[in-house]
Order: sequence, then structure tokens, then C-alpha cells
Amino acid sequence: MSAHAHVSQLPRTAHTGRVTQARVALSEWTKLHSLRSTRWSLLVGFLLTIALPVLFAAVTSSHWGSMSPHERADRHPLDIALAGVNLSQLAIAVLGVLVITGEYSTGMIRASFTAVPRRLPVLWAKTAVFGSVAFLLMVPPVLIAFFASQAILSRHHILQISFSHPGVARSVIGGAVYLMLVGIFALGIGAIVRNTAGGIAAFAGIFFVIPPLMNVLPTSWNNAISQYLPSEAGRQVFSLTHGDHSLSPWPGTALFVGYCALALAIAAVLLVRRDT
Amino acid sequence: MIEAHDLTKDYGDKRAVDGLSFSVRPGIVTGFLGPNGSGKSTTMRLILELDAPTRGEVTVNGKHYREHAAPLHEVGALLEARSVHTGRSAYNHLLALAQTHGIPRRRVEELIDLVGLHDVARKRAGQFSLGMGQRLGIASALLGDPSTVMLDEPVNGLDPEGIRWMRNLLKGLAAEGRTVFVSSHLMSEMALTADHLVVIGRGRKIADTSTKEFLSQASGNVVRVRSPQAAELERLIAGPNVTVTVLQPGLLEVHGLTSAQIGDAAAAGGVALHELTPKEASLEEAFMDLTREDVEFKAAELEDEEAAA
Ligand SMILES: Nc1ncnc2c1ncn2[C@@H]1O[C@H](COP(=O)(O)OP(=O)(O)OP(=O)(O)O)[C@@H](O)[C@H]1O
Ligand SMILES: [Mg+2]
Repeated sequence: MSAHAHVSQLPRTAHTGRVTQARVALSEWTKLHSLRSTRWSLLVGFLLTIALPVLFAAVTSSHWGSMSPHERADRHPLDIALAGVNLSQLAIAVLGVLVITGEYSTGMIRASFTAVPRRLPVLWAKTAVFGSVAFLLMVPPVLIAFFASQAILSRHHILQISFSHPGVARSVIGGAVYLMLVGIFALGIGAIVRNTAGGIAAFAGIFFVIPPLMNVLPTSWNNAISQYLPSEAGRQVFSLTHGDHSLSPWPGTALFVGYCALALAIAAVLLVRRDT
Repeated sequence: MIEAHDLTKDYGDKRAVDGLSFSVRPGIVTGFLGPNGSGKSTTMRLILELDAPTRGEVTVNGKHYREHAAPLHEVGALLEARSVHTGRSAYNHLLALAQTHGIPRRRVEELIDLVGLHDVARKRAGQFSLGMGQRLGIASALLGDPSTVMLDEPVNGLDPEGIRWMRNLLKGLAAEGRTVFVSSHLMSEMALTADHLVVIGRGRKIADTSTKEFLSQASGNVVRVRSPQAAELERLIAGPNVTVTVLQPGLLEVHGLTSAQIGDAAAAGGVALHELTPKEASLEEAFMDLTREDVEFKAAELEDEEAAA
């Protein structure tokens, strides 16, 4: 060891910034866009939202001549335009789960919580950043899906509906709202479960397994209960027509927002209590 | 400055840290020493409040870690388990951490250069070797120019050049007046780096002393002697400060004499020697002895208490 005094090679910095919610949000934005899985999931969500309506519009157009009046009456232009949302919600939900469980599986969460030991700012920032990105990125594809499917159908002069028709703009943009909320709900589930496979399974259970199981119940019960399930309440925002046994758009959306808030609240309580 | 008071952590039935009280002072390197599973990493997670203590408390610079407005400026930590997303580049990893405190990008680049990751900074951290991962961890620890640096087995995976670099870095950081707290299960490494030692075994504190003092207690002459006349030799070298252990018939271990003294005594007494090996004063063994004794002592103490009751 040398005789002269030791000096670390570490450059000093005068900077002493404190942790703020806005700074944590910027950090979460960096985390989100710097992962390949984010870019892939969002690209898949984007493409599915457009591809499925285009496909359905083309198939409907080519078969229109051979369809019975009954079948024709069953077709609705908005169902076609927003068909992709049913599929792309999977990509968004998986990403929502991964945004948080990816940190647990890799150990990144320890670095995150060392930088932000109060922890909750991380959860709020993830929710806000991921929710905003999901919404902003899903608005273009729902619009494209609407106008593209309408363009295809218009060549056969069938199933035309105007964007200015009451409820249409709300339903189309509602597709993006729904996808954003699905992503946030999935993020909450991920934060509770802390495990990627478990989070995706829990989400799939709530959205794809429980609803069909309701058919086992007596019809009156099914009608009374199903409309309050997260998936059913949530989809009202992008449905133009509403049956007798479904909520109207805004109460449905409010209920789904409530489910998201509940998932996040449980996640928040567990987040500050549990060891990492 | 780190101050732990009666720090205790249970994981289910397992008590990982048991009533630990110690303080880590600024300006010196404090080694945190203990065998595998003795609770070093757990203690460090408790300091960062990643895990909550079952009992007791620990503060950093007078406050709970969570209470600090700018935690990364207070403590820079390298944890044992990897704490990096494998899909993110080293640069973006550090940038994301820096942004939580508004630390500028320039600082991130400075640290990447400091730890020698310049060429791989844009590669995904999942492709990093153990040593590169360790360097990235050190960069994140130093990002906030912290007044306390806490590293869990920092030389793990470093090459000899990296180990020397780390040693100098730690001493330099301490010389700047920072608190430096470094864990290791290698006594020899700590002997070279640390000024003070906190030694634990099974979650309990065994020693809290300067390295110098610890070493003077630990060292002592140990010489291995093989002789066909072992019993004869044993008589020749007997003395008040000499202990002789018979390892096998004809093989002795002698404490308290140098090999020269033993050889001279044998020559004077006409005893043939087949082997005369001075053993390196084994710090590791001294350390093992110390931790073993502690556990036995505690067990005996408990039995006594029970007997008295
Ligand atoms: N999260 C946990 N859950 C259950 N047991 C744990 C947990 N963390 C640590 N332990 C247990 O606590 C004890 C102390 O572990 P710890 O990792 O703190 O030891 P260590 O001194 O760092 O060991 P090493 O030198 O091997 O790194 C061990 O018996 C370990 O199995
Ligand atoms: Mg350890």
C-alpha cells in the first residue's frame, strides 16, 4: 500500500436533490421505455387493435350477399371496429403485470426501494406513467380501426355509421380508455401477487374464467350479478348499445375505475408492509 | 454514521439477526465479518429498511433510512443479491435511479467511466459477467455521492486488479470522511482493508474491536512437527507458554514457539525431526475459532442458567 494519503477516484458532486413524485415519474418513464418487453407488448397491442377489425370488415363484406337477414341484423359496425380491443387487452394486461413483477423477478425492486424507500411514490408513478402511455398509444389504433373498417364496409355500402353519431366517438375513444384501465388493473394485481405467472393467471381468472362461469348460475342471478363484474362493467365504455342487464357507460366505467382503485389500494397497503 | 440498537429479525422460526447493537463511525473502513448465514446481508437490508426488523431499530445519520429526503445522498448500497433488471442497459439502469433524485446524466456517465463499464454501458445488464454486475452495483452505490457507503461482499466476482481497486476505493472513501461499512466472510480480505471490525455469528455480535487488536489476539505461532520421537520432543520443548497438540502419533502441533526454537531444542536433545513446518498464522482459523467459541459459550451459559433456575 502506498504511503501517500488515499483519495478516492470518486468525483464529488454538489447536487443534493430530494426525491419528489415528479422525479420518480420521470424515472419510471425511463424504466418503461428502456425495456424491450414494453415495446413489443405495445406494438402487439397496437397491431391487434387494428388488424382484427380490418379482417372482420373484409370477411363481413365478402359474405354479406350470402347472409340471412337475421345474421345481417346481428352485425354492428362498432362491434367490428372495436373487436380488436378484446384481443389487445391481453397484451396490455400482460405488460401491466410485468411493469411491477419484472422488478421482483430480477431484484430491481430492491434498487427501486433503496432510491425511494417510502415506496408508494413508485407505485403511483408506475400507474400514472403506464396508464398514460397505454392510453396515448391506444387512441390512434382505435381511431384507425374505426375508419379503416368503415372504409372497407363502405365499398359494399353496408353497416355505415358516422363518427358524429351519438355515442360513437365515446365508444371508439372508450376502447382506449378501457385498455388503459385494464392495464392499471393488471398492474395492481401484479403488485399484489409480485409474480409474473401468478399475476397473469389472476388477471385471466378474473377476466376470462369467472364471467363464463356465471352462466352456471340461475339466469336471474346471472343477470343480477354479471353486470357488476370488472370485465362487464369495464366494457360498457366502448359499447354503443346497452342491454337490460348491463350498466350504462359512465356508471360501468366508474365501477371499473373503482375496481382499479381497490386493486391499487390493496397493493399500496401490502407494498409498505411487506419485506422485499 | 450507522447506529443499530437491539436489531432483531425473524424469518418464521429462523432468527437471522439477534439483538445486534453496534455503531459504524465515519472516517474509517468498518468490516462486517461473519461466517455464511450469520446475518450480514439481513442486517444490511434492515439498515435500508427493505426488510422490517422484528425488534429494535437502526438509524443512518440520525434518522431512519425511510425518513431521509434524499436517501441516495445518505447511503449508497451494494446488496448481495443482484438488484438490476436484466433487460435494461447499465446506462438506463443508473439513469432511472439518478432521476429519482434529479441527479444529472453527466454524473451517470462519470460513474460508468469510474467503474470501467464504458464499453458495455449500452448492453443489457442480463448479459453481464459476475464482475461486471458487481461494478454496476458499485456505480449505483456511488451515484448520489453518499456520506455512508455500505457494500455487501463487494469483491465477490472481481479479478485481482478489481480487488485492489476496490480496496483503494474503500480507503479513499473513508479518508474523505465518509462512513464505510463492508461485509465479508473472508478475514484475510478484511485484515487488509478494515480499520475496525464488527464480527457476528448466528446473528449475534461476537466482537467489536479495531482490526489491529483483533489480529494481535488472533495471531500466534503454530508449527507442525513430525518426529519418530514425538514424546521425547514434547518433553524437551515444554514450557509455560507452550501448548502441544498431538494430531497423530508422531505428529505434533506446537503453539508458542518458532520453528527455529523447536529445531534447536530438538538438535540439542538429539531428537530426529522429519518435518518442521511453520503454519501461516491463520486468520481464517482464528476467526472460525472465535465464532465457534461464541456459539458454544452461549449454549453453556444457557444450560447454566437453566440449572440455576
Ligand atoms: N428472506 C429470508 N427468508 C427466510 N430466511 C432468510 C431470509 N433471508 C435470510 N434468511 C436466513 O437468515 C440467515 C442469515 O442470512 P444472511 O443472508 O443475512 O447471512 P449472511 O451473513 O449474509 O451470509 P453469507 O455470508 O452467506 O452471505 C440465514 O440462515 C438465512 O437462511
Ligand atoms: Mg450475505
